[in-house]
Amino acid sequence: MRRERRRAWVVGVVAILASVVVFLVPFLFILLTASKTVQDSADLGFTLPKQWVLFQNIRTVLRTNDAVVLRAFINSTTLTVVSVAIMVVLAAMAGYVLDRRRSRWNTVANLFVLAGLIVPPAVVPTIWVLQSLGLFKTLPGLILIEATFGLSFCILLFRSFVSSIPRELDEAAIVDGASPLRLFFSVILPLLRPVVITVIVVQAVNVFNSFQNPLYFLPGNAGVTVQLTLYNFQSQTLNQWNLLFTDILLITIPPLVMYLIFNRQIVAGMTAGAVKG
Amino acid sequence: MVSTLTPSQVETASPARPRPKRRSHYPLYFYALPALLFVVLFAVPTFASFYFSLTRWTLFSTTFIGLDNFRQFFSEPNLFSGLTHTFIYAVLTSGTKVVLGILLGVLLTSRIVGRGYLRSVIFFPVLVSTIGVGLTFKILLDPFHGVVNTSLAALGVQGPGWLTDPHLALYSIIGVDVWKGVGIATLIFIAGMVAIPQEYYEAARTDGSSGWQMFVHITLPLLRPATTTVILLSLIGGLRSFDLIWAMTKGGPGFTSDVIASVIYKQYQAGFYGLSTAGNVVLFLLVTAIILPLQLLFNRQGLAK
Repeated sequence: MRRERRRAWVVGVVAILASVVVFLVPFLFILLTASKTVQDSADLGFTLPKQWVLFQNIRTVLRTNDAVVLRAFINSTTLTVVSVAIMVVLAAMAGYVLDRRRSRWNTVANLFVLAGLIVPPAVVPTIWVLQSLGLFKTLPGLILIEATFGLSFCILLFRSFVSSIPRELDEAAIVDGASPLRLFFSVILPLLRPVVITVIVVQAVNVFNSFQNPLYFLPGNAGVTVQLTLYNFQSQTLNQWNLLFTDILLITIPPLVMYLIFNRQIVAGMTAGAVKG
Repeated sequence: MVSTLTPSQVETASPARPRPKRRSHYPLYFYALPALLFVVLFAVPTFASFYFSLTRWTLFSTTFIGLDNFRQFFSEPNLFSGLTHTFIYAVLTSGTKVVLGILLGVLLTSRIVGRGYLRSVIFFPVLVSTIGVGLTFKILLDPFHGVVNTSLAALGVQGPGWLTDPHLALYSIIGVDVWKGVGIATLIFIAGMVAIPQEYYEAARTDGSSGWQMFVHITLPLLRPATTTVILLSLIGGLRSFDLIWAMTKGGPGFTSDVIASVIYKQYQAGFYGLSTAGNVVLFLLVTAIILPLQLLFNRQGLAK
């Protein structure tokens, strides 16, 4: 028994040391470089700042270029909130009917879900469609794109969760004379709360971090998102590494906060969705 | 035959789930909005891509040119190498994540100190912006001043030009991809390992099996669903991969770390929309050719069990 405990300590401590080098050093490097002055950050070293100027740096980053980073945060927040809201409502309704009803449309629906998970979107033809709808280079257009590309994953999660809700509940509501809409919105949807939270958290992180979709479908300075500003920042700030890493730090904070609060839901969503997919 | 039946007839024909009334309480119009989004923004562009890939397509006009775009894609080494790199990238990231994921899973389900901390720290990079990770590692891997090479120099080793050596760039990016994504693989394997009943191990231990024998004959076979998931997920992700490559090398030096997704973007930027779309069709075919057979194979194995 004592030997086993010693082993637990030795292996654990070795693993912790390795994890510090492999996983913590890069994040510490971001924090340290973001706290340095321009000259101090120029040698790219992993050292303590001679002078801690993190808050000045944050202020500078937020003000650069007519406060483009600030506008980007507002845009990204709008994009994330609205597209995730659309995903949750539409995917919950679709996943619910997909589980409850037997219909030949289910084959089509399942095929769509599978295709949505596997098939890479065709870029230029999507731009062509958006353009003919007048949605290219608009935030609403990008919102619909993000919502569409995220639907498949959400539908899978909702379908498997709905199947765990007993049908007797539906039947009781039906006997009481509930309409289909009422049955869904006042009986089923409240019961879906755990999976709704999972979907919101996982997809919010995905949409917030999305780079390729804004790059293609929302180019230009007006509706810029955080990932795009981060990408453009390296050419605009010309080797002002402290500012670049301040921007990286700012963009890492929202997912970190999400992770600290919703750790369990994120883990559940990522493994459950994965097992189904 | 089937198409002549109305939905309500189909329902009465299936005895497994009897319906209380003829009109369903689960209306099909719940599908309407998601279906609309799917069709307009996903299905239509996908089908249209097959046509546009056969055209010379600029902002102003489309001219049908048959298979010329594909001929160009497969004859120009700069474009074709993107296909090879995509394949290498997907297979290597997927394979490494499976092996490392299982090892880390075993480590993090065994009794060791600091398990909770280790699980969190390995998983966190999954949630961080890929662009942020890419730019950070681009600096860490700087050939002269980067932390990695200055640390190696302190140990007396001269580090290579991780992202500037044409033979190495693609593999350095693969390494960073694994660093960022191994957390999700580990998590899936942990979920799989926790689900294996302890009795199997107890029985094996009474029979005098070694730890290695238990790993090979109990853990690995029962981890098959988790392994399948990790392989499929990381292959799909790896084949589409763009953000990390674009943040770290933009496909360079030269074209040595270009993948199909970055070729598509470069051709789009250059205004060759038809060629760009042909790249999309090639990617579509590659993904289907790799994922569908695997999915069928895994499904059959699952049934056989």
